[in-house]
Formats: sequence, structure tokens, C-alpha cells
Amino acid sequence: MSKERINIFTGHFGSGKTEVAVNFALNSASRTKKVAIVDLDIVNPYFRTADAKSELENKGIWVITPMYANTNVDVPALPPEINTLFERKDYNVILDIGGDDLGAKVLARYKDELIYQGYCMYFVVNTKRPMTDTDEKLEHMIYEIESSSGLKVTKLINNTNLLDQTNMEVVIEGHSAIKRISDKLNIPIGFVSGFADLVGGVEKEIDIEFFSLKKLIKLPWN
Amino acid sequence: MGEKLLMKGNEVIAEAAIRAGCKHYFGYPITPQTEIAHYMAKKMPEVGGTFVQAESEIAAINMVYGAASAGVRVMTSSSSPGISLKQEGISYAAGAELPAVIVNIVRCGPGLGGILPAQCDYFQAVKGGGHGDYKMVVLAPSSVQELYELTVEAFNISDKYRQLTMIMGDGVLGQMMEAVEFKDQENIVNVDKPWATTGTGMKREHNTIQSIYIQPEVLEQHNKKLQEKYKLIEENEVRVESYNCEDADIIVTAFGTTARIVNNVIKMAEKEGIKVGLIRPITLWPFPVKEFEKYAEVPKAFLSVELNAGQMVEDVRLSVNGKRPVYFYGRMGGMIPSQQEILDQIKQILNK
Repeated sequence: MSKERINIFTGHFGSGKTEVAVNFALNSASRTKKVAIVDLDIVNPYFRTADAKSELENKGIWVITPMYANTNVDVPALPPEINTLFERKDYNVILDIGGDDLGAKVLARYKDELIYQGYCMYFVVNTKRPMTDTDEKLEHMIYEIESSSGLKVTKLINNTNLLDQTNMEVVIEGHSAIKRISDKLNIPIGFVSGFADLVGGVEKEIDIEFFSLKKLIKLPWN
Repeated sequence: MGEKLLMKGNEVIAEAAIRAGCKHYFGYPITPQTEIAHYMAKKMPEVGGTFVQAESEIAAINMVYGAASAGVRVMTSSSSPGISLKQEGISYAAGAELPAVIVNIVRCGPGLGGILPAQCDYFQAVKGGGHGDYKMVVLAPSSVQELYELTVEAFNISDKYRQLTMIMGDGVLGQMMEAVEFKDQENIVNVDKPWATTGTGMKREHNTIQSIYIQPEVLEQHNKKLQEKYKLIEENEVRVESYNCEDADIIVTAFGTTARIVNNVIKMAEKEGIKVGLIRPITLWPFPVKEFEKYAEVPKAFLSVELNAGQMVEDVRLSVNGKRPVYFYGRMGGMIPSQQEILDQIKQILNK
């Protein structure tokens, strides 16, 4: 896990950023006292951090969502409380960013402050997503997100999955692709994430930390 | 079968259309279906196709009219308010018997309503939102895999009958992600289109595409021809899925997202000793009347669960034809019924 106070989750839209960020917040809250998660997604209309609000708040996490999240309007407004978090240095901060370069654009607004304070910017990868299923596309996506945010990706996360149809082969295949990008761009892999049924198995095959996810962003029939 | 990917419903509709040979997409962004346009904008140039973000929904449907007249596979997509804007063009294209695919990823209404999921455009889709005696084939998938298969099928049906076909999903289906497996080779039914306006080459009389017929006798003939075609579609194109209906205490009927919820309700009810059946219409028009007739006298009652104020329930009542009581339960405004809510309704009905 990162040692930085501010952890940013970026990636291709649908890569699982929110699921990973929300679980990351819960994990942080089990180790440190003050954790805040900020929903800065200006792309996705449904399936947001706000879906897990009560679960997060039960663990004492400060959940900051745009006032229009999960309402019937589509207003890409940023929550003002984020500015407080740059001052409140006693908080560990998790920023959940919208997908692609479009979503990462919001970071440019806070770029100077983030560079000044230091950050860890994760790039969440699912190689089973159609726009990041080749090395070229992956590299291009990283380039686009860095260009639009003005920040550097500091760690990669292998979140390769097919939801309920995920198996070990899927995760390992994703890992090979991400390893190639990691070596080429010299960006370390932070961890592999996946649902709990993969615990143990993945670590046997890949020598890297496995971060177990609990499904918190649900469908009406889950 | 080919490789599995994890995709959003909206992305899959766009990918499926391209695989089905759709070379032209005209649309205008609106939540919760904008990913279709986004995907088309990225992919169409790669396959030598055309993506146009039209200046309005009205322009987009008229571009569809033009492209379909030239005999190419064409699609537009929108969500509820945008589909309302397209109604005039839809009626004209139906009158001119143009094959095209229209996608409606339904959100709440009326008016601007909201961006959350709904099924409140059932009437508009199956009873004719535009003017005149016309029908659209309306397909209602309930999973991402089915969105793929039915989108390909929509193009085949359209070409086969010179017919408008609508894919009707709701916001959940458009936005949700599921694994999807694409086929290596699509089942594309190529149909000759001697009627298309592709140029005479000075070898034949020119073709005309029109919905106007000046002589009333001729217009009546044209209308009769349309009705005969609709009858043929009713005979051949009904799609429906039934589950657990043979000796059900109650048969629930639902389409799209709502059917997915009911699937789990069946399991919950079973634990309490209640046998719940499900009839899931996949074609909303033509409506699976015969399937309801088949099971009409099996359960104590029918229950239609919808994300609206009660629309499909009218067709269920017509099909059950008074043989059993037909109840309704629905939520609106972007609210989605929970499994428990539906189970409570079932118990209430069975205790009556």
C-alpha cells in the first residue's frame, strides 16, 4: 500500500476504479483513524462511490460526493469540501476520478496543490475492457490521462476481471500485459485486486500483493 | 465462440451494430446512452463507417431515413426525451418501409424527467409514438450478452421485412457491466434491396422512397400492405422466455432489468414454499400473446412488475383475457423495486 497521504485512482472508464477506491478507503480506515474519500467522477451517471456511502460512513469514513450524485440530473459539479482536505493534513485522502482522459481532467484543477503536497496516482487496469485490451491501447490511455491531468501515474493496479466469470487465468493474463507496460514505462505495479474467491491462488502464481475486494457497488439484483 | 470481454451495455450495442454491418450511425448525446455515441465515434472511422453527431435528434432520425433509403445498415440511439423528438421521423420511415435500428435506453419521464432507469416508454414504443397505423418490432434484452445478440438480430429483422426495429433497454442495462462473448462470425442475413435508391445506372426505372400517396385508394392499399406485413411479423418473430410456469401458484411477468430482479424473487419465494413462474417477453411487439394463453389457467393470478405506472400490464390483461386476475406493481422516478418488495406483493395477492 502507498505511504502517501493522498491517493488518486484513475483509469479507463469501467476499469473498476470506484470498486477499488472504495475498498481502499475501507482498508485504510482499518489501519488509520481519519480517512476521507472524494467522488470526483464527472463521467459516470450511475454506479458511484455514493452507492457505498452508508457502508463507508459506518466505518467512520468521511464521504464527500457531489451534491447531484445519484440524483435525477447530470451535473458534473465538483464538491467544494475537497479544498478542506488539502488543509486537514490529519486526513488520509482517497480521490475517485472519472474514467479516461475526460474524467482525469478534473485533476488539472488541483494539480499544483497535489504536486506540492505529494501524491500517489494509481492507474487501474482491466485488460478485459475493449479500449485497454492491447499494450498499445494501454500505453496510450496512460499517456492521455497524464496529459489531461498534468500528473504522473506512479503505480499500476491489475484489476483484470470478468466480474462473476473471473478465473485465475484471466488475472494472470492481465498481469503479463501490465508487467510489460510496467517494465517499459518504469512504473511499478502496486497490487493485484480481485474478489475474495481469488485469495491465495493469485499470490501463488504472481509474486505481488493481492488486495481483496468486497463488492460494494451493486446491481439491483445483486 | 470468441474472446470474452467486460463491457457496458451501451458499448456492446455499438460493437454489435458494427459487427452486424452497420456502417452509419447518427445520434445526439443524452444520458444514460451517451456511451453508444462515444463508442461509435471511436470505432466507425476504424471500419470505414460514418459517425455523425447531428445537430438534434430530429436531424439524426432524418439522416437515418436518408441512409436507409440508400439500402445501407444504419442506426440511431437516444434516451426517452430524445426518442420523443424522433417520433415524426419514425412515422415517416415506417410509412416508407425503411429498415433501420433505433435504440432507446429509457430514463424517467414525463418531460425532462430524470437520468435514472425506467420502462415508462413501453406505450410509446409498442403502440406507436408517432402518428398513423404503424408498428415497430421492439426487442427488450435483459443482459449484456443478450443486448449483443438482439442488436445483431435487429438488423436482420429490419432488412428481412423492410421494417423499423427498436432495441429498448433501461438505464441499468445501458450502464451496467457484464462479461460478453462475441462470436467469431456473425449471423448476418444479407437481403437484396432492389427498392433502394442506389442509382439506376441508366438500366432501370428510378426508385422512389415515400410515405405520401396522393390517391386515397392507393394509400389505403399501402396501409393494407403494411398491416399484412405486421401480421406476418406477429406470426414469425415473437420471442419470449418462460420459466417455472408449469404448475406455478402465480406467474410474474417482467421484461429487461425487472426480469432479472424477478429471477431472484423466484428463488426467495421457493424457500417459503411459493411457486413463482416468470414470463419474460423479449419482443414487446409482437407481444407473446400465445405464451400467456398457454398458461392462462395455470396460476391463481398474474402479476406484472414494471418500472412505470402500469403499461405492459394492459397487454397482459388482453392476453390472459379475463381467465385469471392480473395485478400490477411498479416503481417510478428512477426507483427500482427490491426483491423483498416484489415478494411481499406476491404474498399479498396469494392471500386474497
